[in-house]
Amino acid sequence: MSGHDDEHDHDGHPHHDAPSNPYHGSNRSPERNEALAQRVARIEGLLTEKGLFNKATLDRIVEIYEHDLGPLNGAKVIARAWVDPDYKQRLLDNATAAIAELGFGGLQGEHLIVVENTPAIHNVVVCTLCSCYPWPVLGLPPTWYKDAAYRSRVVIDPRGVLADFGTAIDDDVEVRVWDSSAEVRYLVMPERPAGTENLSEDELTRLVERDAMIGVRKVVLA
Amino acid sequence: MNGIHDMGGLTNFGPVVHEASEPVFHEEWERRVFAMNMAGLAFIGPIDRARHAIERMNAVDYLTTSYYEHWLAGLLTLTREFGYVTAEELSTGRAAAPAQLPFPAPSTAEVESLLRSGLPASRAMAITPGFAIGSRVRARNLELRGHTRLVRYVRGKVGTITACHGCHVFPDTNAHDLGENPQPLYTVRFEASELWGSDVMRKDCVHIDLWESYLQPCEERGSQP
Repeated sequence: MSGHDDEHDHDGHPHHDAPSNPYHGSNRSPERNEALAQRVARIEGLLTEKGLFNKATLDRIVEIYEHDLGPLNGAKVIARAWVDPDYKQRLLDNATAAIAELGFGGLQGEHLIVVENTPAIHNVVVCTLCSCYPWPVLGLPPTWYKDAAYRSRVVIDPRGVLADFGTAIDDDVEVRVWDSSAEVRYLVMPERPAGTENLSEDELTRLVERDAMIGVRKVVLA
Repeated sequence: MNGIHDMGGLTNFGPVVHEASEPVFHEEWERRVFAMNMAGLAFIGPIDRARHAIERMNAVDYLTTSYYEHWLAGLLTLTREFGYVTAEELSTGRAAAPAQLPFPAPSTAEVESLLRSGLPASRAMAITPGFAIGSRVRARNLELRGHTRLVRYVRGKVGTITACHGCHVFPDTNAHDLGENPQPLYTVRFEASELWGSDVMRKDCVHIDLWESYLQPCEERGSQP
């Protein structure tokens, strides 16, 4: 969904006081991108010549964050917790250690906490001040997570933001927003959908998408 | 500082724009800006200083540029302020003189090792936390200069401690070469009605991590300090 399609909430009232941000990255012009590309290349050349880093290091960093880390890691953690009650307990008690059992950890994942969705509680994660996000289990955050619209509004109007994602939460469910203001990073354990009792751990892993581990969607059977 | 980056609670930025199957990076220059910040962290860090460099952007620029342009702005500010480059070199792209680096750049293997091992913010300290789980606390209302993680939307508000994470490096000093000053870090739960207005009936709450010096005891709900 684009977000533009959902101009009204479930009562039929408009729930946005402003139009979409015209400066969103997807609206950037090719000319501006080209100017940025040239400027960044010039700066990379200068800082490399100055000895702050070399090209091989930059290439390796890009490779790691573009290909090695991503939400598949988090999905493996969630699927394991769904099939293994002992693992789930360890994950809720000490997520950093339990996630390290699966081989995941590192920068922006030094202090991990997993928060569990239940029929009575729905969790959703944000960083209102910048873009803090659990890199080792989710990779780098999507653009919307870093945009003003999400960062500003999800703390005051989480149900409205969830509606932007097509996610409806019953009035009697408590919505818990987690604002990542320190170096603690939060991962949501979504509810395991009904009808998945016979799925294998691998099949469950494929059901768990990034947005469900941020908490803006639920896991649904395809 | 009270900056535009501290935007929790504003409602005028329109709907969240979700992009299906979004790539990790949209443009090659974004890859390079990300990698330069990560590789350069040894020279421009700690991360608190890097965050503050972005917070110091002109507010209009902050709102009208994209995410990796923020990272680029922070990188340029800090490399210039540390004297690694001059404004003139940045505009021409040509080095007029070698950089006076405090140490050689870490190798690719060293950088990779850092990414994989991380940089824990926790410190083993002989400090007894001043607040117990379940304590009622009020987030202080302080005139803060420089970097802080005490968001405006909780200042003066009353919440409940739900967790203590031990002692963590204090960003407000660490960003400014004033030391790590580790102190107890807590998760504090604030009800939506406390944060946003007594007429808010929604069953919502915000959990946020706050350092001990951001907090003061509050024995009674709604009582003044």
